[in-house]
Amino acid sequence: MRIAKISIIFLGLSMLMISCGSNNGNGATGGALQGNIAAKTYVAPGEKDEFYAFISGGFSGQLAVHGLPSGRLFKVIPVFSVDGEKAYGFNEETKPMLNTSFGFIPWGDSHHPDLSQTNGIIDGRWCFINENNTPRVARIDLTTFETVEIIELPNSAGNHSSPYVTDNTEYVVAGTRFGVPVPQRDMPIDDYKGNFKGALSFIKVDPEDGGMNIEFQVLMPGFDYDKAHPGRGKSHGWMFFTTYNAEEANTLLEVNASQLDKDFIAAVNWKKAEEYIKQGKFSTMETNYAHNVYDEGTHSATSTMVKEVRVIDPAECPGVVYFMPMPKSPHGCDVDPTGEYIVGSGKLSANVTVHSFTKMMDAIKNEKFDGERYGIPVLNFEDVLAGVVQQPGLGPLHTEFDGKGFAYTSFFISSEVVKWKLGTWEVVDRKPTFYSVGHVMIPGGNSQQPFGKYLLAMNKITKDRFLPTGPEVCQSAQLYDISGDKMQLLLDFPTIGEPHYAAGCPADLIAPNSKKIYKLEDNKHPYVTKSEKATKVVREGNEVHIYMTMIRSHFAPDNIEGVKVGDKVYFHVTNLEQDYDVPHGIAMIGAKTSELLIMPGQTETFTWEPRGPGVWPFYCTDFCSALHQEMQGYVRVSAKDSDIKLSWSLDDE
Amino acid sequence: MNKCLKIILAVGTAAIFISCGGTTEDTSGSGAALPDNTPLGQAGVIDNESANDILKVAIGSKDHSTLVAAVQAAHIEHILSNAGPLTVFAPVNSAFEALPPGTVESLLEPDNIGLLTTILTRHAAPGSFDIEKLKKEARKGRKLYMATGDYLDVTTEGDDVFVHGIKVLASVQTSNGVINVIDQVILPKN
Repeated sequence: MRIAKISIIFLGLSMLMISCGSNNGNGATGGALQGNIAAKTYVAPGEKDEFYAFISGGFSGQLAVHGLPSGRLFKVIPVFSVDGEKAYGFNEETKPMLNTSFGFIPWGDSHHPDLSQTNGIIDGRWCFINENNTPRVARIDLTTFETVEIIELPNSAGNHSSPYVTDNTEYVVAGTRFGVPVPQRDMPIDDYKGNFKGALSFIKVDPEDGGMNIEFQVLMPGFDYDKAHPGRGKSHGWMFFTTYNAEEANTLLEVNASQLDKDFIAAVNWKKAEEYIKQGKFSTMETNYAHNVYDEGTHSATSTMVKEVRVIDPAECPGVVYFMPMPKSPHGCDVDPTGEYIVGSGKLSANVTVHSFTKMMDAIKNEKFDGERYGIPVLNFEDVLAGVVQQPGLGPLHTEFDGKGFAYTSFFISSEVVKWKLGTWEVVDRKPTFYSVGHVMIPGGNSQQPFGKYLLAMNKITKDRFLPTGPEVCQSAQLYDISGDKMQLLLDFPTIGEPHYAAGCPADLIAPNSKKIYKLEDNKHPYVTKSEKATKVVREGNEVHIYMTMIRSHFAPDNIEGVKVGDKVYFHVTNLEQDYDVPHGIAMIGAKTSELLIMPGQTETFTWEPRGPGVWPFYCTDFCSALHQEMQGYVRVSAKDSDIKLSWSLDDE
Repeated sequence: MNKCLKIILAVGTAAIFISCGGTTEDTSGSGAALPDNTPLGQAGVIDNESANDILKVAIGSKDHSTLVAAVQAAHIEHILSNAGPLTVFAPVNSAFEALPPGTVESLLEPDNIGLLTTILTRHAAPGSFDIEKLKKEARKGRKLYMATGDYLDVTTEGDDVFVHGIKVLASVQTSNGVINVIDQVILPKN
């Protein structure tokens, strides 16, 4: 009752304030208050968004690029799943990107995007994202917005605590969620305890070209390593992982992994690990994993199988790993911008627990340990505890920071975002989400320099929030204005797949570097055709290679004869355009691939195996120009024993 | 079918050409005045990576300053930056000077924007036709279809090629089509 009254007064007050201050003309629907909110997310036609948001596509395997505050979707970047729209995984050039030690895998489960940093500040160069099911990490180049590298993770299963980026992008981390036998072998599942392992991979990133390689793995006990966060500033050099299932259960985990009052945050000193590596204190394990790299020059990917990985045993390398007790199966693991506070969110805990980096260092220095697990020292809970946010909500998951001394934690069960103050641990605001929020994201909110203007909450359940679309409805993101003392919900917008997590930054860090075309002169594709004069068709046994070009508004050649049933026809197609936003597509009747969507200056290849004699058309799939509908051609296919000679032409030449 | 499509295209293109100079409340055609934050449409896109388009090449040619001024007066810069493809027959400055005295000045008057646009549009053909392609058109007896809907004769004399009786002096490839340099303004035969 009292709350209701206060709310009404507050609402009245804010309406008064708003109606005095705003004269934006957008209040046509829903009155002044609604109009004011609409104006905050309204990006007028022709205007641009202030922030990029890279939102995980979850079980779509992809990464979506949105703008904030509008929520508009700009591009879905194919990463771990094939994409018929862009021919990713269908054309010959990108098939190697999806190669793994299990062979070609057409689907993946993408989870956490994270942006590269310099000095703890987002630098806008690359976006990394992990794949959970077939453990991999991908790198997306933010000049082309294309996936340029995918590295598989050996000894891992359920690559969930990944791919968080250190202050200078020295490392991208990848911790295994599922304990597995290392190396994999046939053994009873019941023998899990003490025998299964959890590998934490440290992927080194080349500061010049972003190239990734697995520098080393720390082979941990078989707990579940759920989330991770690099130290920031003063704690740079450390990586923190939440763990659950310290019980090492292998069945009915919802009960058996919830037995202990406390699991752990594993604090890994990667600088110390580097010293051990330098000293040669590691073992080299035989393994097999794929490292796939897309080359912008050849417009083609290669896949290399790597056979070894360097492994550190923490029990034999003192000082590399410590366990900090954390209540009740912690999920989120988040470090504040100063690097002092390590926030653990016990999914089943009534509280949010915060540890202190300074206290942790003191306890380590004074060797105040409370026993060990598998040779790894366990610190005393009380010795490292900085504070507790008391009963902020139900089911705490993830925390981000606004750079102004506040933290924002998502609560799955109570469907809300709670704002609380670092240091005093008091709750200062809470707002509902619709519904069942997972991650929250503030642009830069996991770095040393958050841009604390907006918060994006990513929801698992939408039910009645949008027009229904049958049993399967979209998941969503919700935008909150966090520039004031109280959060304000501004916008709901649908996302692709499941929006696990997102990364965001001011558009200025990325937009000016966005490429417009690929230079034709720099094209080093082995089947490039740089002019219409150079087009040709070559037979090699039953393989026919068509060196084709496209430019507004025709293919060259566009009439081809002499192809026979039983041939495998390679269309190597180069887009000769050198003009921004003029891609061409090509599709061939009966081809068992997808269309190609070829950017200016790029070459792509698809294969076609004609099944019967006839004259078969192909056409441009992307509305390229005023004469797009005329952009078409024919291939004549003759019987296997036909003596029709191979020939090709464009307008009889 | 093809013919039908071309007619639709012709009408559409002509409508775009004609209506883009219109006033803000004109809803009769398929074109519209561009909003304040993008007054030049595609011609306003900042792009230092792509090859130069027809508009940029024309602006860079000092022999075509009158043509560029006319295009700007007609508010059709964005059409020369469009995906096209377009072939523009670009009269050099002296071609405009050869018109009866006062003609150019009169055409540049805001009231004559419709007439100016029609004249300019008669210099544009959908498609990419450089000198070599034009020779082929002549060889095959094909006429050149212009954006105004006119069909112009393409003829050769020795190594030279003529459109509507006007000699094409040079072809310049651009990112969205071709500029053919001519030294006369293309006017209706009668």
